Amino acid sequence: MAKRLDVKDLNLYYGKFHAVADVNLSVPPRSVTAFIGPSGCGKSTVLRSLNRMHEVTPGARVEGKVTLDGEDIYATAVDPVVVRRTIGMVFQRPNPFPTMSIRDNVVAGLRLSGVRDRKRMDEVAERALRSANLWEEVRDRLGKPGGGLSGGQQQRLCIARAIAVRPDVLLMDEPCSALDPISTLAIEDLIGELKKDYTIVIVTHNMQQAARVSDQTAFFNLKGAGLPGNLIEIDDTEKIFSNPGRKATEDYISGRFG
Amino acid sequence: MSATLDDLSLGRPSLSRAQLPSWALGVTAAGVLVLTGLLRLVTHMSSYVALAIIAVALYLVAQTVVSLSVEGWRHAKNRLMTSLMLAAMVLAVLPLVGVLGYTVAKGLKRFDSAFFTHSMRAVAESDPNGGAYHAIIGTLEQVGIAALISVPFGIMVAVYLVEYSAGRLGRVVSFFVDVMTGLPSIVAGLFILALWVLALHQGTSGFAGSLALVILMLPTIVRSCEEMLKLVPPSLREASYALGVAKWITVVRIVLPTALPGIVTGVMLAVARVMGETAPVLLTVFGNSAINTNPFNGPQASLPLFVFNEVGQSFDNAVNRAWTGALVLILIVLVLNLIARTVARFARVRG
Repeated sequence: MAKRLDVKDLNLYYGKFHAVADVNLSVPPRSVTAFIGPSGCGKSTVLRSLNRMHEVTPGARVEGKVTLDGEDIYATAVDPVVVRRTIGMVFQRPNPFPTMSIRDNVVAGLRLSGVRDRKRMDEVAERALRSANLWEEVRDRLGKPGGGLSGGQQQRLCIARAIAVRPDVLLMDEPCSALDPISTLAIEDLIGELKKDYTIVIVTHNMQQAARVSDQTAFFNLKGAGLPGNLIEIDDTEKIFSNPGRKATEDYISGRFG
Repeated sequence: MSATLDDLSLGRPSLSRAQLPSWALGVTAAGVLVLTGLLRLVTHMSSYVALAIIAVALYLVAQTVVSLSVEGWRHAKNRLMTSLMLAAMVLAVLPLVGVLGYTVAKGLKRFDSAFFTHSMRAVAESDPNGGAYHAIIGTLEQVGIAALISVPFGIMVAVYLVEYSAGRLGRVVSFFVDVMTGLPSIVAGLFILALWVLALHQGTSGFAGSLALVILMLPTIVRSCEEMLKLVPPSLREASYALGVAKWITVVRIVLPTALPGIVTGVMLAVARVMGETAPVLLTVFGNSAINTNPFNGPQASLPLFVFNEVGQSFDNAVNRAWTGALVLILIVLVLNLIARTVARFARVRG
C-alpha cells in the first residue's frame, strides 16, 4: 500500500498543442499533495498523466518519466489497465454508473475485473463505504440505483468505488468543485483519514482547501495564452502559503496578479 | 439628459394587463361556426374539407383580431402561433389515425381463426375462406433471420465506429453507412436476386429474402446505435478505465447497458421498416400460396406479398383478406415493439 510517485521531465501534448512543459516533482507515500493554479494551466492534465488517463484522449501524448516506487509506468511492457488499478482516480463531477445499484457501483472495479465471490464483494462494499463515510447513509438502500443519491453522497460513492479496488495512490481532480460546503467538509475529513493508507494527489481551485488538507502544494502557472503550462514551485504547504519562494506564487495565493 | 433616456426605454407598463375573459374564445368559435354555416347556405358549397379549412382560417383571423383589440400585439401573436402549431399537429396526426382506423375497420371482417390457421392452397381467390398462416410464418422467419444476422453485426459495427476507430477508415465506413440508409429497397432485392439467386444458383427462398432485408436493416441499426453510443457520457468510460477495467469490458458492461433503451428503439425501427417491405421480397422469396416452413428451401410467402397479391384480385373476399393481412402486419410490429420495450425495461432494473 501507499507508494511514492516521482515525475521527471514530464511534457504533455494534445496533438500538436504543448499543454504542459518540464514538470519535475515527487509525491511521498501517505501524504496529500495539492495542485493549485489558474484554469488551463495543466494541473488536471498532469494529474491524468499520473495514471495514464491522459492518453485516453485522442491525440494526447506523453514524454518523460513517471515512476511508482521506482517502476516506470510508461515503460513499454507496462499495461495501462494494471497501472489504473494501482493508481485510482476520482473525477470533478460525480459519475456513478447509472445502470448499477449502490452496492454494484462500489464493487464495480472488482466485478468488471472478473471477481465473482458475492460474499467477499459484500464485505469489500461495506468496508469501502465505511471508509468513505457513506455506510450509515446508504446501508438500507444498497440495492437502489446510485444516481438517486445527492451530489455529495454520489461523490463519496465514487471515492468508495475508487478505494474498493485497494489502489496504492488516489488521484482526485477537483473532487469538491460541484459540492456544497457541508459535503465538501465531509470529503475533506475523509481525505484526512485516507491519508493514513494512501498516497493522495488532489487538484483544487480552492486555496483554503489546499491549505487545509495538503502536506505539500504544487503551484502551476501559464506564461501566456497558447504557451504550455509549467510547474512554478512545489514545497511544504505551510511554506507555500506563508513564505513562497517565487513571486508568481505569492501573487496568486494572495489574489494579486500581474 | 434623463428625459431622452426615458423616451428610449420601454417605459414602465403596469404589471397587470387586460385579459380575454375565458368565454371570449368560445364565443369566437361559435361565431365562426355560424358564419361558416351561413356561407354554406348562401354558396351551396358541398365540400366539407373546404368548409373546414375556411372555418379554421376564419377562426385564426377572428381570434387574432379579438386578442389584438383586448390584449395587444404580443399576446395576439402568441395565440396565433400556438393555434397554428396545434393545427399542424392535428394535420400530421390525422392521416396516421385515419390509416390505423381504416385498416382496423376493414381488417376485422376476416379477423377470424381460419385466417390464422389456413393457407391459400387450393383456395380460389373468390372463396370467402382461406388465410395467411403461410404468409405469417414466412414473414416471421424471414424478418427473424434478418434480425438475427443484422442486430449483432450492426451493433458491432457501431461499437467499432464509436469506440475504436480513430482515423480515416471509420469516417469512410460512416459515410457509406449513411449512403446505404437511403438505398431503395428494390435495389437490395435486385442485388440479392443477381448475386445469390441467379449467379450462385441458390434459388428463391426465405433466406434469400432475409439477406435482402439485412442489407436494408444494417445501416439503420448501425446509425441509430452509433448515435446512442455517442450519447453515453465520456465520464462513465473514464470512471471505468480509472478503476483498472479493460476497454472491451467497459464497452460491454458499462457503455452498452447504458445505451440499451436507445439501441432497442433503433432495432425496433429497423425491424418495423423491413417488416412491410414488398419489392425485395417479391424478387427473392417469390411468394407461395402453400405453407413452406423451411426458409432455406423453395419459395415462401410473406405478409406484404400476400397483401399485394390479394388486393390485386377483383373479388371482395380477396380484398378483405388483404385488409386483414395488413392489420396483422401492424399488430405484429406493435407486439414486437411492446415486447422489446418490456425487455429493455427489465434489463435496466438492478440490485
